[in-house]
Amino acid sequence: MDEIAVRFEHVSMAFPGVLANDDVSLDIRKGEVFALVGENGAGKSTLMNVLYGINTPTDGKVFIRGQEVTAFDPKTAISMGVGMVHQHFMLVPSFTVAQNIVLSREPRRGRIFFDNAAAERKTRELVEEYGLEVDPAAPVEELSVGLQQRVEILKTLYRGAEILILDEPTAVLTPQETEELFAVIRRVVRDRGMTVIIITHKLYEVMAISDRVGVMRKGQLVGVRDTADVDEKTLASMMVGRPMLYDELEKTGVPGEELIRVRDLTVRDNRGLLAVDHLSLSVRAGEVLGIAAIEGNGQSELLEAITGMRKPESGTVTIRGADATGKSPGQIRAMGLAHVPEDRLATGLSRDGTVTENLLAGKQRQSQFNRFGIHQRTSTVERYARELYEKFDIRGAGTDVTAGSMSGGNMQKVVIAREFSFDAPVLIVAQPTRGVDVGAIEFIHGQIIDRRNHGCAILLCSADLDEVFRLSDRIITLYEGKITGEFTGPFSKEEIGYRMTGSRQAEKEAAV
Amino acid sequence: MLKTILAAIFSAGTFNQMLRSATPVALAALGGAMTEHAGIMNIGMDGMILMGAFFGVLGSYLFGSAAAGVGLVLLMGVVVGLFFALFVVKFKSDEFIIGTALNTFALGLTSFLSRAIFGASGTKGNPALPTVHIPGLDSIPFLGQVLNDNSLFIYLTWLLVLVMWLFVYKTPYGFWLRASGEKPETLRTAGIAPEKMKWLASILCGLLCGLAGAHLSLGQLQGTFAENMANSRGYIAFACVIFSKANPAMAYIAALMFGFFDAIGLRLQDYISSDLTNTIPYIITIVMMVYVVVRSQRKKRYAGKRLPAKQG
Repeated sequence: MDEIAVRFEHVSMAFPGVLANDDVSLDIRKGEVFALVGENGAGKSTLMNVLYGINTPTDGKVFIRGQEVTAFDPKTAISMGVGMVHQHFMLVPSFTVAQNIVLSREPRRGRIFFDNAAAERKTRELVEEYGLEVDPAAPVEELSVGLQQRVEILKTLYRGAEILILDEPTAVLTPQETEELFAVIRRVVRDRGMTVIIITHKLYEVMAISDRVGVMRKGQLVGVRDTADVDEKTLASMMVGRPMLYDELEKTGVPGEELIRVRDLTVRDNRGLLAVDHLSLSVRAGEVLGIAAIEGNGQSELLEAITGMRKPESGTVTIRGADATGKSPGQIRAMGLAHVPEDRLATGLSRDGTVTENLLAGKQRQSQFNRFGIHQRTSTVERYARELYEKFDIRGAGTDVTAGSMSGGNMQKVVIAREFSFDAPVLIVAQPTRGVDVGAIEFIHGQIIDRRNHGCAILLCSADLDEVFRLSDRIITLYEGKITGEFTGPFSKEEIGYRMTGSRQAEKEAAV
Repeated sequence: MLKTILAAIFSAGTFNQMLRSATPVALAALGGAMTEHAGIMNIGMDGMILMGAFFGVLGSYLFGSAAAGVGLVLLMGVVVGLFFALFVVKFKSDEFIIGTALNTFALGLTSFLSRAIFGASGTKGNPALPTVHIPGLDSIPFLGQVLNDNSLFIYLTWLLVLVMWLFVYKTPYGFWLRASGEKPETLRTAGIAPEKMKWLASILCGLLCGLAGAHLSLGQLQGTFAENMANSRGYIAFACVIFSKANPAMAYIAALMFGFFDAIGLRLQDYISSDLTNTIPYIITIVMMVYVVVRSQRKKRYAGKRLPAKQG
């Protein structure tokens, strides 16, 4: 029989009002890559935080390499050989790589002094042992996200981890960086006999890297399978609890006239730097143009300039043949544009407003909702909100609760419902499914394609490449504010990933 | 006329006065640097100084020795630091409110106790801290006059600047302290509670500000206490902390700058209205703060230019 690295016995974890883990029993074998998948809020991170000692379970037992865990705190977990790379990196930006790696277990000189030379030497030894190239003396704040993740992994190795937990490690990585991470995972498992637990909701990654996979739903572990025995569709249906098909979306119609035209647009970001650099594009009716780019390459500023939230420095934006350059968001919306903003909490909706108010926002001046422009027709408004609530499959405690009390997926549906119901011929959609669970993603994708088939011109921007691939008719890649490639289907992931990283490819080769 | 003014400004006396004026500010700034590194915005230093000044004199008055006064100050420093941390760290109250409350509380408490114990005119002539004479230093012209025969704490401050600098940048505890302010979760996941470092920083700040106050009342003014004698030095110290980015050595230099302009103000009182000269250190403080803001913005712009190439 295989050696057991981690054993959960009937573990339950209750937070006020929420049972995040419900009687979970699970064995993870030594030397395997175990993937833990599930929708948002299924309890994956909670379970791993129990293992790392951040959460103390309300019930049940945890064994690490045969030993029962008696004290739940990170220090104990570390001493029992558990290391965790968090979704948000736990690094001090102003410290160097070496200083971050040795934090809390510093080599000392004369008992009280920090030995920086020894810290860098030990880091270099780890770097060489595992082939994870990084400069020990470089300040962490100057490293790319991929390199910061390496530092996190080195940190767990320095602390002597035998069991490595990775919480959504690929969310911030480019396809190339993801490949490198997977190579590292394979190496530590093969050479060091480490056990790796990877939390993710990207199913193709589960297929690519894991030996076994556990699926969680609503706090419960609904199944554990050998990865070789399942496929993505089976996993997806296990996650949502009903058969779920990631089928091709039916796209009909032919592109019509040009509705969005951007010419030679230059936009500066908040720091006054060039974010969009003499960029031109156009989107036609009945077409989805997808923007593929790593965050911070000008896509946010581009969308802000088009929707009137940011003044462009030069160039023109034309919406349905009329000049929209530098107009206010209200004026541009009046020209027939609706906008799903990238950050639903900051600009998408009012957290303290009710669902009804959020659904109505922007339409309150329409004559059917008021009398003489001053008296609100409450019953009409409520009926309208309920219609949208049902049509867009929003699930919560009705239309009278505050939007902020709903889950992320349902908040997003409120934003989508409001914007799509304007029946605007031009849609700007940013991050439509960020932090949204699989079932809701399917619904939102269906809605986007429905608008497309009805002849909308849609400009889509998403950090989720699969989403861009699935929905787009055409894809452009952005790098440092410039278009580096334009693609029509069938799309090649490698090629697009390569174009997204622009000149970084050369830099990376130089580093290795 | 100009010649005499310049001679008055650049005399050994001015530089000696610079040291005297700078020292209480520097000691408080050292304490402020600790809380600043721990991520606590501490504007309560003025009150902490005032408590130190009062309890130093009280100890000296009650026990008849300056050493006992300093002992009482250290004790009260710990108490004040614990009090501050209790609200800011444990109860997570707003730092600004607690700092302001501490200042108001210290002013009220010391004024009340001073009147109750010493009467309306305060107290003076209690046993004071000794001055230190370094034999041989007198033979060096100018420098000897500036550096020799000063109150004990002026020399102690030099030692403390070195110790705190080593503590912050050269010991593991200093790394933990800085991590607790910059990214507390990092420290927590490394197995060290960031709150511990914040408590420690608050206590150290209470101690160092207490010493600043003790130097004012027992050193500089030879055993005198007057109401509100901290006289906004805590805010000047806070400016020094920000200016120096909480680096103890730089904070000391910033305090010296304040001291220099304070000394010039004193010298110029013979020629210009003292109401005007008294404003000099504060104007300089404002200029310093403007410089800091401009510098950090320029740096941000610079960092912005640098990042895209590195991060993609």
